[in-house]
Amino acid sequence: MANVTKKYPGESRWKGWWYLLPALLVYLLFTFLPILETIRSSFYQWDGFSQNKVWIGLANYVELFSDPKFHNALRNNLIFVIFYSLIPILIGLFLASMLSRRPIPGFAFFRTALFLPQVISMVVVGVIWRWMFNPTFGPINSLLRQIGLDVFAISWLGDFTWALPAVGSIGTWVQYGFCMVLFLAGMQHIQDEYYEAASLDGANAFKQFIHITVPGLRSEIAVALVTTIIAALRVFDLVYTTTRGGPGETTMVTGFLIYRAAFTNNRIGYAAAIATVLTLIILIISLFIRRYQQQGSEEST
Amino acid sequence: MKYPWKNLLPRYLILIVFMLVVLVPIWGMFTSAFKTSTEVMEGPFSLPSDWSLDNFEQAWRVGRFNIFFKNSVIVATAVVISSVFLSTLSGYAFGALPLPGKSWLYPLILIGYMVPFEAVIIPLYNLMDTFGITDTLWALILPQVGLSVSFGTMWMSSFFENTPGELTDAATIDGCSRWQTLWYILWPIAKPAVTTLVVLIFMWTWNEFLLALVLVQNEALRTLPVGLAFFQGKYTANIPLMAAGAIIVALPTILIYVLFQRFFIRGMLGGAIKG
Repeated sequence: MANVTKKYPGESRWKGWWYLLPALLVYLLFTFLPILETIRSSFYQWDGFSQNKVWIGLANYVELFSDPKFHNALRNNLIFVIFYSLIPILIGLFLASMLSRRPIPGFAFFRTALFLPQVISMVVVGVIWRWMFNPTFGPINSLLRQIGLDVFAISWLGDFTWALPAVGSIGTWVQYGFCMVLFLAGMQHIQDEYYEAASLDGANAFKQFIHITVPGLRSEIAVALVTTIIAALRVFDLVYTTTRGGPGETTMVTGFLIYRAAFTNNRIGYAAAIATVLTLIILIISLFIRRYQQQGSEEST
Repeated sequence: MKYPWKNLLPRYLILIVFMLVVLVPIWGMFTSAFKTSTEVMEGPFSLPSDWSLDNFEQAWRVGRFNIFFKNSVIVATAVVISSVFLSTLSGYAFGALPLPGKSWLYPLILIGYMVPFEAVIIPLYNLMDTFGITDTLWALILPQVGLSVSFGTMWMSSFFENTPGELTDAATIDGCSRWQTLWYILWPIAKPAVTTLVVLIFMWTWNEFLLALVLVQNEALRTLPVGLAFFQGKYTANIPLMAAGAIIVALPTILIYVLFQRFFIRGMLGGAIKG
Protein backbone atom coordinates (compact mmCIF):
# COMPACT_ATOMS: atom_id res chain seq x y z
CA MET A 1 0.00 0.00 0.00
CA ALA A 2 1.45 3.29 -1.08
CA ASN A 3 1.61 6.16 1.31
CA VAL A 4 -0.37 8.76 -0.53
CA THR A 5 -1.26 10.81 2.52
CA LYS A 6 1.92 12.89 2.39
CA LYS A 7 1.47 16.54 1.71
CA TYR A 8 2.78 18.06 -1.45
CA PRO A 9 5.27 20.94 -1.44
CA GLY A 10 3.53 24.23 -0.80
CA GLU A 11 0.31 22.54 0.21
CA SER A 12 -1.44 23.42 3.44
CA ARG A 13 -1.23 20.59 5.94
CA TRP A 14 -4.90 21.24 6.70
CA LYS A 15 -5.91 20.42 3.12
CA GLY A 16 -7.73 17.25 4.17
CA TRP A 17 -9.98 19.15 6.55
CA TRP A 18 -11.66 21.03 3.70
CA TYR A 19 -12.66 17.74 2.15
CA LEU A 20 -13.71 16.23 5.44
CA LEU A 21 -15.65 19.19 6.76
CA PRO A 22 -19.01 18.88 4.90
CA ALA A 23 -19.46 15.20 5.82
CA LEU A 24 -18.19 15.82 9.34
CA LEU A 25 -20.67 18.62 9.98
CA VAL A 26 -23.65 16.59 8.78
CA TYR A 27 -22.43 13.64 10.81
CA LEU A 28 -21.89 15.67 13.98
CA LEU A 29 -25.24 17.40 13.75
CA PHE A 30 -27.43 14.41 12.86
CA THR A 31 -25.62 11.50 14.47
CA PHE A 32 -22.91 12.29 16.96
CA LEU A 33 -24.55 15.12 18.89
CA PRO A 34 -27.84 13.18 19.09
CA ILE A 35 -25.91 10.28 20.67
CA LEU A 36 -24.50 12.64 23.32
CA GLU A 37 -27.95 14.20 23.78
CA THR A 38 -29.45 10.74 24.37
CA ILE A 39 -26.88 10.07 27.08
CA ARG A 40 -27.57 13.49 28.65
CA SER A 41 -31.35 12.97 28.55
CA SER A 42 -30.97 9.71 30.40
CA PHE A 43 -30.15 11.70 33.55
CA TYR A 44 -33.37 13.71 33.33
CA GLN A 45 -37.03 13.21 33.87
CA TRP A 46 -38.91 14.72 30.94
CA ASP A 47 -42.21 14.16 29.14
CA GLY A 48 -40.98 15.53 25.81
CA PHE A 49 -43.23 18.62 25.68
CA SER A 50 -42.99 20.70 28.85
CA GLN A 51 -40.21 23.14 29.73
CA ASN A 52 -39.89 21.22 32.95
CA LYS A 53 -36.83 18.98 32.53
CA VAL A 54 -35.72 17.68 35.94
CA TRP A 55 -32.20 16.39 36.67
CA ILE A 56 -32.62 13.12 38.54
CA GLY A 57 -29.09 11.70 38.33
CA LEU A 58 -28.96 7.96 37.96
CA ALA A 59 -32.59 7.40 38.97
CA ASN A 60 -33.59 6.22 35.47
CA TYR A 61 -30.82 3.62 35.53
CA VAL A 62 -31.71 2.48 39.04
CA GLU A 63 -35.32 2.03 37.93
CA LEU A 64 -34.22 0.32 34.72
CA PHE A 65 -32.13 -2.34 36.39
CA SER A 66 -34.97 -3.33 38.69
CA ASP A 67 -37.67 -3.13 35.99
CA PRO A 68 -39.00 -6.63 35.21
CA LYS A 69 -40.16 -5.38 31.78
CA PHE A 70 -36.59 -4.44 30.88
CA HIS A 71 -35.26 -7.77 32.13
CA ASN A 72 -37.89 -9.54 30.08
CA ALA A 73 -37.06 -7.52 26.94
CA LEU A 74 -33.34 -8.13 27.36
CA ARG A 75 -33.92 -11.84 27.87
CA ASN A 76 -36.00 -11.92 24.67
CA ASN A 77 -33.18 -10.16 22.81
CA LEU A 78 -30.81 -12.88 24.04
CA ILE A 79 -33.21 -15.55 22.80
CA PHE A 80 -33.26 -13.70 19.48
CA VAL A 81 -29.46 -14.00 19.41
CA ILE A 82 -29.94 -17.78 19.36
CA PHE A 83 -32.34 -17.52 16.40
CA TYR A 84 -30.62 -14.68 14.50
CA SER A 85 -27.03 -15.63 15.12
CA LEU A 86 -26.31 -19.04 16.60
CA ILE A 87 -28.65 -21.19 14.49
CA PRO A 88 -27.88 -19.41 11.16
CA ILE A 89 -24.12 -19.66 11.80
CA LEU A 90 -24.42 -23.37 12.63
CA ILE A 91 -26.55 -23.97 9.54
CA GLY A 92 -24.09 -21.93 7.47
CA LEU A 93 -21.08 -23.86 8.77
CA PHE A 94 -22.84 -27.18 8.28
CA LEU A 95 -23.80 -26.36 4.70
CA ALA A 96 -20.45 -24.87 3.85
CA SER A 97 -18.68 -28.00 5.07
CA MET A 98 -21.12 -30.26 3.21
CA LEU A 99 -20.69 -28.33 -0.01
CA SER A 100 -16.98 -28.21 0.55
CA ARG A 101 -14.24 -26.23 -1.06
CA ARG A 102 -14.45 -26.81 -4.75
CA PRO A 103 -16.61 -24.55 -6.90
CA ILE A 104 -20.01 -25.95 -7.80
CA PRO A 105 -21.30 -25.17 -11.29
CA GLY A 106 -24.35 -22.92 -11.10
CA PHE A 107 -23.69 -21.83 -7.54
CA ALA A 108 -24.25 -18.16 -8.47
CA PHE A 109 -27.90 -18.96 -9.05
CA PHE A 110 -28.33 -20.48 -5.59
CA ARG A 111 -26.42 -17.62 -4.06
CA THR A 112 -28.81 -15.09 -5.58
CA ALA A 113 -31.78 -16.87 -4.04
CA LEU A 114 -30.21 -17.52 -0.63
CA PHE A 115 -29.31 -13.86 -0.24
CA LEU A 116 -32.75 -12.58 -1.17
CA PRO A 117 -34.19 -12.12 2.37
CA GLN A 118 -31.30 -9.73 3.09
CA VAL A 119 -32.50 -7.16 0.59
CA ILE A 120 -36.21 -7.21 1.41
CA SER A 121 -37.63 -4.65 3.84
CA MET A 122 -38.28 -6.22 7.26
CA VAL A 123 -41.83 -4.86 7.08
CA VAL A 124 -42.37 -6.96 3.96
CA VAL A 125 -40.78 -9.95 5.71
CA GLY A 126 -43.25 -9.36 8.55
CA VAL A 127 -46.19 -9.29 6.12
CA ILE A 128 -44.98 -12.51 4.44
CA TRP A 129 -44.62 -14.37 7.73
CA ARG A 130 -47.87 -13.15 9.25
CA TRP A 131 -49.48 -14.81 6.27
CA MET A 132 -47.33 -17.95 6.68
CA PHE A 133 -48.33 -18.18 10.34
CA ASN A 134 -51.98 -17.23 9.79
CA PRO A 135 -54.00 -19.62 11.98
CA THR A 136 -56.86 -20.28 9.54
CA PHE A 137 -55.47 -20.18 6.00
CA GLY A 138 -51.71 -19.79 6.46
CA PRO A 139 -49.52 -22.37 4.68
CA ILE A 140 -47.97 -23.69 7.91
CA ASN A 141 -51.26 -24.63 9.50
CA SER A 142 -52.70 -25.87 6.20
CA LEU A 143 -49.75 -28.21 5.93
CA LEU A 144 -50.09 -29.38 9.54
CA ARG A 145 -53.79 -30.16 9.01
CA GLN A 146 -53.08 -32.02 5.79
CA ILE A 147 -50.66 -34.37 7.51
CA GLY A 148 -53.08 -34.93 10.38
CA LEU A 149 -51.35 -32.80 13.00
CA ASP A 150 -54.40 -30.60 13.64
CA VAL A 151 -53.47 -30.17 17.31
CA PHE A 152 -50.37 -28.23 16.29
CA ALA A 153 -52.29 -25.90 13.99
CA ILE A 154 -52.29 -23.13 16.59
CA SER A 155 -52.29 -19.36 16.39
CA TRP A 156 -48.50 -19.14 16.32
CA LEU A 157 -48.04 -15.40 16.72
CA GLY A 158 -50.79 -15.10 19.32
CA ASP A 159 -49.60 -17.94 21.52
CA PHE A 160 -47.89 -17.13 24.81
CA THR A 161 -45.42 -20.00 24.43
CA TRP A 162 -44.87 -20.08 20.67
CA ALA A 163 -44.91 -16.42 19.62
CA LEU A 164 -41.27 -15.80 20.59
CA PRO A 165 -39.76 -18.82 18.80
CA ALA A 166 -42.07 -18.12 15.85
CA VAL A 167 -40.80 -14.54 15.45
CA GLY A 168 -37.25 -15.74 16.16
CA SER A 169 -37.42 -18.33 13.41
CA ILE A 170 -38.23 -15.54 10.94
CA GLY A 171 -34.83 -14.14 11.90
CA THR A 172 -33.25 -17.51 11.15
CA TRP A 173 -34.93 -17.46 7.74
CA VAL A 174 -33.47 -14.01 7.01
CA GLN A 175 -29.92 -14.75 8.18
CA TYR A 176 -28.92 -18.29 7.26
CA GLY A 177 -28.40 -17.70 3.55
CA PHE A 178 -26.13 -14.78 4.35
CA CYS A 179 -24.02 -16.90 6.71
CA MET A 180 -23.84 -19.73 4.22
CA VAL A 181 -22.69 -17.53 1.33
CA LEU A 182 -20.19 -15.80 3.60
CA PHE A 183 -18.65 -19.09 4.76
CA LEU A 184 -18.59 -20.63 1.30
CA ALA A 185 -16.73 -17.59 -0.01
CA GLY A 186 -14.28 -17.91 2.88
CA MET A 187 -13.68 -21.60 2.26
CA GLN A 188 -12.35 -20.87 -1.21
CA HIS A 189 -9.36 -19.26 0.50
CA ILE A 190 -8.42 -22.24 2.67
CA GLN A 191 -5.64 -24.10 0.92
CA ASP A 192 -6.28 -27.67 -0.15
CA GLU A 193 -2.88 -28.74 1.22
CA TYR A 194 -4.17 -28.43 4.80
CA TYR A 195 -6.94 -30.90 4.14
CA GLU A 196 -4.65 -33.23 2.20
CA ALA A 197 -2.08 -33.23 5.02
CA ALA A 198 -4.83 -33.86 7.59
CA SER A 199 -6.19 -36.77 5.56
CA LEU A 200 -2.73 -38.29 5.40
CA ASP A 201 -2.50 -37.98 9.17
CA GLY A 202 -5.77 -39.86 9.43
CA ALA A 203 -7.98 -36.95 10.61
CA ASN A 204 -11.64 -37.69 9.90
CA ALA A 205 -14.07 -35.21 8.34
CA PHE A 206 -15.26 -33.92 11.69
CA LYS A 207 -11.74 -33.29 12.96
CA GLN A 208 -10.84 -31.55 9.73
CA PHE A 209 -13.90 -29.36 10.16
CA ILE A 210 -12.97 -28.40 13.74
CA HIS A 211 -9.23 -27.96 13.20
CA ILE A 212 -9.03 -26.58 9.66
CA THR A 213 -12.36 -25.22 8.48
CA VAL A 214 -13.46 -23.33 11.61
CA PRO A 215 -10.08 -21.63 12.25
CA GLY A 216 -9.77 -20.89 8.54
CA LEU A 217 -13.11 -19.12 8.61
CA ARG A 218 -12.23 -17.10 11.69
CA SER A 219 -12.63 -13.73 10.03
CA GLU A 220 -15.88 -14.71 8.24
CA ILE A 221 -17.32 -16.05 11.49
CA ALA A 222 -16.45 -12.73 13.15
CA VAL A 223 -18.27 -10.79 10.43
CA ALA A 224 -21.27 -13.11 10.74
CA LEU A 225 -21.29 -12.75 14.54
CA VAL A 226 -21.15 -8.95 14.49
CA THR A 227 -23.81 -8.63 11.79
CA THR A 228 -26.30 -11.12 13.20
CA ILE A 229 -25.88 -10.36 16.91
CA ILE A 230 -26.39 -6.65 16.26
CA ALA A 231 -29.45 -7.46 14.15
CA ALA A 232 -30.83 -9.54 17.04
CA LEU A 233 -30.16 -6.86 19.64
CA ARG A 234 -31.70 -4.01 17.69
CA VAL A 235 -34.66 -5.89 16.24
CA PHE A 236 -37.60 -3.51 15.95
CA ASP A 237 -39.27 -3.55 12.51
CA LEU A 238 -40.05 -7.25 12.62
CA VAL A 239 -41.60 -7.16 16.09
CA TYR A 240 -43.55 -4.02 15.17
CA THR A 241 -45.10 -5.68 12.12
CA THR A 242 -45.69 -9.17 13.50
CA THR A 243 -46.66 -8.99 17.19
CA ARG A 244 -46.04 -5.48 18.63
CA GLY A 245 -44.41 -7.23 21.57
CA GLY A 246 -47.42 -9.38 22.36
CA PRO A 247 -49.22 -11.42 23.37
CA GLY A 248 -48.73 -9.81 26.77
CA GLU A 249 -45.03 -8.98 26.83
CA THR A 250 -43.86 -12.32 25.44
CA THR A 251 -42.12 -10.90 22.34
CA MET A 252 -41.21 -7.50 23.81
CA VAL A 253 -37.67 -6.48 22.89
CA THR A 254 -35.44 -3.61 23.98
CA GLY A 255 -35.86 -1.64 20.73
CA PHE A 256 -39.63 -1.71 21.04
CA LEU A 257 -39.43 -0.83 24.73
CA ILE A 258 -37.50 2.35 23.82
CA TYR A 259 -40.08 3.24 21.18
CA ARG A 260 -42.97 2.67 23.59
CA ALA A 261 -41.37 4.53 26.50
CA ALA A 262 -40.50 7.55 24.33
CA PHE A 263 -43.43 7.88 21.95
CA THR A 264 -46.36 6.20 23.72
CA ASN A 265 -45.66 6.76 27.42
CA ASN A 266 -43.79 10.07 26.93
CA ARG A 267 -40.99 9.05 29.28
CA ILE A 268 -38.09 10.53 27.33
CA GLY A 269 -35.47 10.22 30.07
CA TYR A 270 -36.31 6.61 30.77
CA ALA A 271 -36.32 5.73 27.06
CA ALA A 272 -32.94 7.46 26.69
CA ALA A 273 -31.54 5.36 29.55
CA ILE A 274 -32.65 2.14 27.83
CA ALA A 275 -31.19 3.38 24.54
CA THR A 276 -27.88 4.21 26.24
CA VAL A 277 -27.64 0.75 27.80
CA LEU A 278 -28.54 -0.95 24.50
CA THR A 279 -25.94 1.13 22.63
CA LEU A 280 -23.27 0.27 25.19
CA ILE A 281 -24.04 -3.44 24.92
CA ILE A 282 -23.82 -3.27 21.12
CA LEU A 283 -20.57 -1.26 21.15
CA ILE A 284 -18.92 -3.62 23.63
CA ILE A 285 -19.94 -6.72 21.69
CA SER A 286 -18.77 -5.35 18.34
CA LEU A 287 -15.43 -4.17 19.76
CA PHE A 288 -14.96 -7.53 21.46
CA ILE A 289 -15.61 -9.49 18.27
CA ARG A 290 -13.42 -7.15 16.20
CA ARG A 291 -10.57 -7.77 18.63
CA TYR A 292 -11.04 -11.54 18.30
CA GLN A 293 -10.96 -11.12 14.53
CA GLN A 294 -7.77 -9.04 14.61
CA GLN A 295 -6.02 -11.48 16.95
CA GLY A 296 -6.86 -14.22 14.47
CA SER A 297 -5.35 -12.38 11.53
CA GLU A 298 -2.19 -11.56 13.49
CA GLU A 299 -1.71 -15.22 14.43
CA SER A 300 -2.14 -16.40 10.88
CA THR A 301 0.46 -14.03 9.43
CA MET B 1 -10.37 -29.71 -9.43
CA LYS B 2 -13.99 -30.39 -10.17
CA TYR B 3 -16.53 -32.72 -8.68
CA PRO B 4 -17.67 -35.82 -10.55
CA TRP B 5 -21.45 -35.92 -11.09
CA LYS B 6 -21.89 -38.58 -8.43
CA ASN B 7 -20.65 -36.14 -5.79
CA LEU B 8 -22.43 -33.13 -7.21
CA LEU B 9 -25.93 -34.56 -6.96
CA PRO B 10 -26.25 -34.68 -3.14
CA ARG B 11 -24.76 -31.19 -2.97
CA TYR B 12 -27.36 -29.85 -5.37
CA LEU B 13 -30.07 -31.51 -3.30
CA ILE B 14 -28.90 -29.74 -0.15
CA LEU B 15 -28.74 -26.41 -1.96
CA ILE B 16 -32.18 -26.89 -3.48
CA VAL B 17 -33.80 -27.68 -0.13
CA PHE B 18 -32.36 -24.60 1.56
CA MET B 19 -33.13 -22.44 -1.45
CA LEU B 20 -36.75 -23.60 -1.44
CA VAL B 21 -37.12 -22.68 2.24
CA VAL B 22 -36.18 -19.13 1.23
CA LEU B 23 -38.18 -18.96 -1.98
CA VAL B 24 -41.45 -20.71 -1.10
CA PRO B 25 -42.76 -18.01 1.33
CA ILE B 26 -41.80 -15.27 -1.14
CA TRP B 27 -43.43 -17.14 -4.03
CA GLY B 28 -46.59 -17.75 -1.98
CA MET B 29 -46.88 -14.05 -1.22
CA PHE B 30 -46.21 -13.17 -4.85
CA THR B 31 -49.02 -15.38 -6.19
CA SER B 32 -51.41 -14.18 -3.45
CA ALA B 33 -51.15 -10.67 -4.83
CA PHE B 34 -52.92 -11.78 -8.01
CA LYS B 35 -55.69 -13.73 -6.28
CA THR B 36 -59.16 -12.83 -5.10
CA SER B 37 -60.00 -13.07 -1.39
CA THR B 38 -61.87 -16.34 -1.94
CA GLU B 39 -58.99 -17.86 -3.89
CA VAL B 40 -56.64 -17.17 -0.97
CA MET B 41 -58.84 -19.35 1.26
CA GLU B 42 -58.71 -22.23 -1.21
CA GLY B 43 -55.08 -23.06 -0.64
CA PRO B 44 -51.89 -21.12 -0.04
CA PHE B 45 -50.04 -22.37 -3.09
CA SER B 46 -52.84 -22.69 -5.60
CA LEU B 47 -52.30 -20.48 -8.62
CA PRO B 48 -54.62 -17.56 -9.30
CA SER B 49 -57.24 -18.34 -11.95
CA ASP B 50 -56.56 -15.02 -13.61
CA TRP B 51 -53.33 -13.05 -13.20
CA SER B 52 -55.19 -9.82 -12.64
CA LEU B 53 -53.53 -6.62 -11.49
CA ASP B 54 -56.64 -5.37 -9.65
CA ASN B 55 -55.03 -5.70 -6.22
CA PHE B 56 -52.04 -3.64 -7.31
CA GLU B 57 -54.29 -0.97 -8.71
CA GLN B 58 -56.29 -0.85 -5.50
CA ALA B 59 -53.17 -0.69 -3.30
CA TRP B 60 -51.67 1.95 -5.58
CA ARG B 61 -54.69 4.27 -5.51
CA VAL B 62 -56.86 3.41 -2.49
CA GLY B 63 -53.92 2.42 -0.30
CA ARG B 64 -52.09 5.59 -1.46
CA PHE B 65 -48.99 3.60 -2.39
CA ASN B 66 -48.54 6.02 -5.27
CA ILE B 67 -47.76 8.76 -2.71
CA PHE B 68 -45.58 6.50 -0.53
CA PHE B 69 -43.68 5.36 -3.61
CA LYS B 70 -42.99 8.93 -4.68
CA ASN B 71 -41.79 9.80 -1.15
CA SER B 72 -39.51 6.78 -1.02
CA VAL B 73 -38.00 7.65 -4.40
CA ILE B 74 -37.35 11.26 -3.35
CA VAL B 75 -35.82 10.33 0.00
CA ALA B 76 -33.68 7.48 -1.35
CA THR B 77 -32.40 9.54 -4.30
CA ALA B 78 -31.52 12.54 -2.15
CA VAL B 79 -29.85 10.43 0.54
CA VAL B 80 -27.85 8.34 -1.94
CA ILE B 81 -26.57 11.29 -4.00
CA SER B 82 -25.59 13.49 -1.06
CA SER B 83 -24.14 10.66 1.06
CA VAL B 84 -22.03 9.31 -1.78
CA PHE B 85 -20.78 12.77 -2.71
CA LEU B 86 -19.92 13.74 0.89
CA SER B 87 -18.37 10.32 1.59
CA THR B 88 -16.18 10.54 -1.51
CA LEU B 89 -14.76 13.85 -0.27
CA SER B 90 -14.29 12.71 3.32
CA GLY B 91 -12.99 9.30 2.28
CA TYR B 92 -10.45 11.10 0.07
CA ALA B 93 -9.43 13.21 3.05
CA PHE B 94 -8.88 10.12 5.20
CA GLY B 95 -7.29 7.96 2.54
CA ALA B 96 -5.15 10.35 0.51
CA LEU B 97 -4.75 13.81 2.01
CA PRO B 98 -2.79 15.35 4.90
CA LEU B 99 -5.27 15.29 7.76
CA PRO B 100 -4.12 16.47 11.20
CA GLY B 101 -6.18 14.74 13.89
CA LYS B 102 -6.82 11.66 11.77
CA SER B 103 -6.11 9.34 14.71
CA TRP B 104 -9.05 10.64 16.77
CA LEU B 105 -11.31 11.56 13.86
CA TYR B 106 -11.47 7.99 12.64
CA PRO B 107 -12.90 6.45 15.84
CA LEU B 108 -15.23 9.46 16.16
CA ILE B 109 -16.81 8.55 12.82
CA LEU B 110 -16.63 4.81 13.48
CA ILE B 111 -18.98 5.26 16.45
CA GLY B 112 -21.75 6.46 14.14
CA TYR B 113 -21.36 3.29 12.13
CA MET B 114 -21.87 1.03 15.14
CA VAL B 115 -24.63 2.69 17.15
CA PRO B 116 -28.23 1.56 16.69
CA PHE B 117 -30.79 4.10 15.40
CA GLU B 118 -32.56 3.77 18.74
CA ALA B 119 -29.64 5.74 20.22
CA VAL B 120 -30.37 8.83 18.12
CA ILE B 121 -34.07 8.73 17.40
CA ILE B 122 -35.31 10.74 20.41
CA PRO B 123 -32.99 13.76 20.02
CA LEU B 124 -33.49 13.67 16.24
CA TYR B 125 -37.22 13.98 16.75
CA ASN B 126 -36.69 17.06 18.93
CA LEU B 127 -34.08 18.48 16.56
CA MET B 128 -36.43 18.24 13.57
CA ASP B 129 -39.09 19.90 15.68
CA THR B 130 -36.70 22.75 16.54
CA PHE B 131 -35.86 23.20 12.85
CA GLY B 132 -39.59 23.15 12.10
CA ILE B 133 -39.19 20.55 9.34
CA THR B 134 -41.19 17.67 10.82
CA ASP B 135 -43.76 18.28 8.11
CA THR B 136 -41.32 17.90 5.23
CA LEU B 137 -39.27 15.08 3.74
CA TRP B 138 -36.13 16.91 4.93
CA ALA B 139 -36.85 15.37 8.34
CA LEU B 140 -36.10 11.98 6.77
CA ILE B 141 -33.35 13.00 4.37
CA LEU B 142 -30.99 14.96 6.64
CA PRO B 143 -30.69 12.38 9.46
CA GLN B 144 -30.17 9.55 7.01
CA VAL B 145 -27.39 11.44 5.24
CA GLY B 146 -25.75 11.96 8.65
CA LEU B 147 -26.03 8.27 9.48
CA SER B 148 -24.88 7.09 6.04
CA VAL B 149 -21.72 9.22 5.73
CA SER B 150 -20.28 7.32 8.66
CA PHE B 151 -20.16 4.03 6.77
CA GLY B 152 -19.54 5.83 3.46
CA THR B 153 -16.46 7.63 4.76
CA MET B 154 -14.87 4.41 5.94
CA TRP B 155 -15.79 2.55 2.77
CA MET B 156 -14.34 5.24 0.48
CA SER B 157 -11.25 5.87 2.61
CA SER B 158 -10.28 2.20 2.37
CA PHE B 159 -10.62 2.51 -1.40
CA PHE B 160 -8.41 5.62 -1.60
CA GLU B 161 -5.82 4.07 0.74
CA ASN B 162 -5.42 1.20 -1.68
CA THR B 163 -4.98 3.21 -4.86
CA PRO B 164 -1.40 3.29 -6.10
CA GLY B 165 0.42 6.47 -5.08
CA GLU B 166 2.24 6.65 -8.42
CA LEU B 167 -1.03 7.46 -10.10
CA THR B 168 -1.74 10.52 -8.00
CA ASP B 169 1.92 11.57 -7.95
CA ALA B 170 2.00 11.51 -11.73
CA ALA B 171 -1.18 13.55 -11.87
CA THR B 172 0.32 16.14 -9.53
CA ILE B 173 3.49 16.40 -11.57
CA ASP B 174 1.29 17.04 -14.60
CA GLY B 175 -0.15 19.97 -12.70
CA CYS B 176 -3.42 18.49 -11.43
CA SER B 177 -4.73 19.96 -8.21
CA ARG B 178 -5.99 17.60 -5.51
CA TRP B 179 -9.52 18.37 -6.62
CA GLN B 180 -8.75 17.55 -10.26
CA THR B 181 -6.87 14.39 -9.26
CA LEU B 182 -9.92 13.23 -7.34
CA TRP B 183 -12.46 13.76 -10.11
CA TYR B 184 -10.39 13.12 -13.26
CA ILE B 185 -7.96 10.41 -12.12
CA LEU B 186 -9.46 8.60 -9.12
CA TRP B 187 -13.22 8.87 -9.66
CA PRO B 188 -13.18 6.84 -12.90
CA ILE B 189 -11.32 3.95 -11.25
CA ALA B 190 -13.50 4.22 -8.12
CA LYS B 191 -16.57 3.01 -10.00
CA PRO B 192 -16.82 -0.47 -8.42
CA ALA B 193 -16.39 0.92 -4.89
CA VAL B 194 -18.87 3.72 -5.57
CA THR B 195 -21.40 1.34 -7.12
CA THR B 196 -21.28 -0.87 -4.03
CA LEU B 197 -21.77 2.17 -1.82
CA VAL B 198 -24.69 3.39 -3.94
CA VAL B 199 -26.57 0.09 -3.85
CA LEU B 200 -26.01 -0.44 -0.12
CA ILE B 201 -27.09 3.08 0.87
CA PHE B 202 -30.05 2.85 -1.49
CA MET B 203 -31.21 -0.40 0.09
CA TRP B 204 -30.72 0.82 3.66
CA THR B 205 -32.60 4.04 2.98
CA TRP B 206 -35.41 2.38 1.03
CA ASN B 207 -36.00 -0.18 3.80
CA GLU B 208 -35.47 2.16 6.76
CA PHE B 209 -38.40 1.96 9.14
CA LEU B 210 -37.85 3.41 12.61
CA LEU B 211 -36.79 6.92 11.53
CA ALA B 212 -39.55 7.12 8.93
CA LEU B 213 -42.09 5.95 11.49
CA VAL B 214 -41.14 8.51 14.11
CA LEU B 215 -39.82 11.59 12.29
CA VAL B 216 -42.82 12.34 10.07
CA GLN B 217 -46.38 12.23 11.35
CA ASN B 218 -48.17 13.42 8.24
CA GLU B 219 -49.63 10.50 6.29
CA ALA B 220 -48.77 12.20 2.99
CA LEU B 221 -45.06 12.03 3.90
CA ARG B 222 -44.84 8.33 4.72
CA THR B 223 -42.36 6.15 2.92
CA LEU B 224 -43.29 2.71 1.57
CA PRO B 225 -42.30 0.53 4.57
CA VAL B 226 -44.21 2.78 7.00
CA GLY B 227 -47.13 3.00 4.59
CA LEU B 228 -47.21 -0.79 4.38
CA ALA B 229 -47.10 -1.17 8.18
CA PHE B 230 -50.13 1.11 8.61
CA PHE B 231 -51.84 -0.54 5.68
CA GLN B 232 -51.38 -3.88 7.39
CA GLY B 233 -53.03 -2.55 10.54
CA LYS B 234 -56.03 -1.47 8.48
CA TYR B 235 -56.52 -4.41 6.11
CA THR B 236 -55.23 -7.29 8.25
CA ALA B 237 -57.59 -9.84 6.73
CA ASN B 238 -57.22 -8.78 3.10
CA ILE B 239 -54.22 -10.92 2.15
CA PRO B 240 -54.26 -10.22 -1.63
CA LEU B 241 -54.26 -6.47 -1.10
CA MET B 242 -51.46 -6.66 1.47
CA ALA B 243 -49.45 -8.98 -0.76
CA ALA B 244 -49.74 -6.45 -3.59
CA GLY B 245 -48.57 -3.68 -1.26
CA ALA B 246 -45.65 -5.80 -0.05
CA ILE B 247 -44.55 -6.45 -3.64
CA ILE B 248 -44.63 -2.74 -4.46
CA VAL B 249 -42.33 -2.14 -1.47
CA ALA B 250 -39.96 -5.03 -2.19
CA LEU B 251 -39.69 -4.94 -5.98
CA PRO B 252 -37.29 -1.97 -6.40
CA THR B 253 -34.71 -3.38 -3.96
CA ILE B 254 -35.01 -6.86 -5.47
CA LEU B 255 -34.50 -5.45 -8.98
CA ILE B 256 -31.45 -3.44 -7.95
CA TYR B 257 -30.10 -6.45 -6.09
CA VAL B 258 -30.48 -8.74 -9.08
CA LEU B 259 -28.90 -6.18 -11.43
CA PHE B 260 -25.99 -5.26 -9.15
CA GLN B 261 -25.60 -8.36 -7.03
CA ARG B 262 -21.86 -8.66 -7.55
CA PHE B 263 -21.35 -5.24 -5.93
CA PHE B 264 -24.01 -5.83 -3.38
CA ILE B 265 -22.71 -9.16 -2.10
CA ARG B 266 -19.15 -7.84 -2.01
CA GLY B 267 -20.25 -5.03 0.29
CA MET B 268 -22.33 -7.25 2.56
CA LEU B 269 -19.64 -9.91 2.85
CA GLY B 270 -17.08 -7.22 3.64
CA GLY B 271 -18.95 -6.72 6.86
CA ALA B 272 -20.96 -3.74 5.74
CA ILE B 273 -23.48 -3.58 8.50
CA LYS B 274 -25.50 -0.64 9.49
CA GLY B 275 -25.75 -0.51 13.24
